[in-house]
Amino acid sequence: MALKLYGAALSPCTSRVMTCLHEKETDFELVPVDLFAGEHKQLPFLAKNPFGQIPALEDGDLSLFESRAIAAYVAEKFKETGSDLIRHQSLKEAAEVKVWMEVESQQYHPAISPIIFQFFAAPLQGKAPDQAIIDENTEKLGKVLDVYEDKLGRTKYLAGDFYSLADLFHLSFTYYFMKTPCAHLINERPHVKAWWEDISSRPAFQKVASAMNFGEKGN
Amino acid sequence: MAAIKVHGSPLSTATRRVLACLYEKEIDFQFVPVNMATGEHKSDNFLALNPFGQVPAFEDGDLTLFESRASANYVAHEFADKGTQLLISGSNKEVAVLELWKEVEAHQFNTPSSKVVWELFFKPFLGMATDAAVVEENETQLGKVLDVYETRLTQSKYLASDNFTLADLYHLPNIQYLLATPAKKLFESRPHVDAWVKEITARPAWSKVLAMMNQ
Repeated sequence: MALKLYGAALSPCTSRVMTCLHEKETDFELVPVDLFAGEHKQLPFLAKNPFGQIPALEDGDLSLFESRAIAAYVAEKFKETGSDLIRHQSLKEAAEVKVWMEVESQQYHPAISPIIFQFFAAPLQGKAPDQAIIDENTEKLGKVLDVYEDKLGRTKYLAGDFYSLADLFHLSFTYYFMKTPCAHLINERPHVKAWWEDISSRPAFQKVASAMNFGEKGN
Repeated sequence: MAAIKVHGSPLSTATRRVLACLYEKEIDFQFVPVNMATGEHKSDNFLALNPFGQVPAFEDGDLTLFESRASANYVAHEFADKGTQLLISGSNKEVAVLELWKEVEAHQFNTPSSKVVWELFFKPFLGMATDAAVVEENETQLGKVLDVYETRLTQSKYLASDNFTLADLYHLPNIQYLLATPAKKLFESRPHVDAWVKEITARPAWSKVLAMMNQ
């Protein structure tokens, strides 16, 4: 029975999981959740994620939420197929991957997410992006990216000379970030820029990137 | 090429206000998407259309407008004999009632409803935390406004008259987003407001506005 992923193709968290599923060459069904109707805040979806956020995953009788936990489960379950994302054959390498997965979650995401929010959501209600919030977070993100620039000058990818789940976790939010006027933060750091161009050109991500067009559609 | 152009985003509340009017009037128009994530609404080209750098901007041949309510109002007048009648004609006294409820939307309904939409709909979209105090304050304020609407809608089928007019239409964008949040309870607990909300959001012209998201 195929995995069922409840979410929306334009959502960066749903895309995080879909990218992982594509890297593992695993079949799945994307079950759309209508965010614009508030479907994620009501039953039956709330039974799948009491926090009312997408995505959620069903694998038989197992029900999961939190995109990073779902992706880690997928990477573990299908560790013998597709790209090696978790380096399970080397305890040391696996530990390095976990370090940079935490860095994405604790350092990178809190700085990048408010910037994206200001540029994508604020104008839809006629608000100008809050420059104070943008400035505060571009400064934070710049410091994080300085660490990345240094690391990526020594290893090809974040956890080592191998692509891993740690790199994958950065893809979907960075993709939206690169559409904003703050993209220069990535582009002006040569190792970070090269890393971004490499990981975002992977076929598994290309498959989900084209649907990530929040706020862009029109007839 | 259509003489009428709307520059904006299919998700933007103000853009939707103008689109709703054009669909009600059955007017051909060209939709020009503005990519706000890239800051396109602050570009020189767009600022020439709206110096405030907000969507939508509206063109009809050599006429350029901004402010969604002014743009919709122009369409309703210019094409008065097409599609749905969105205005009240008659004496100054009769027309004044429409103007009154348009003002109510702008000055009473818009602010608290927009704040609730921001907190309960847009913020959670990219995982931002909702400010519960702001929600509570604005839901309370919105409730008071809707109490007035509840009384009004026992006297009149729609806000300004027994027919759907611009005054009702102006509410649609914020109502639609509120319906996707727990704040919809504010409608559900007021039977006349609830019936009015269901009526106006079921209009075919409004469904066409929503369908633009998927194109």
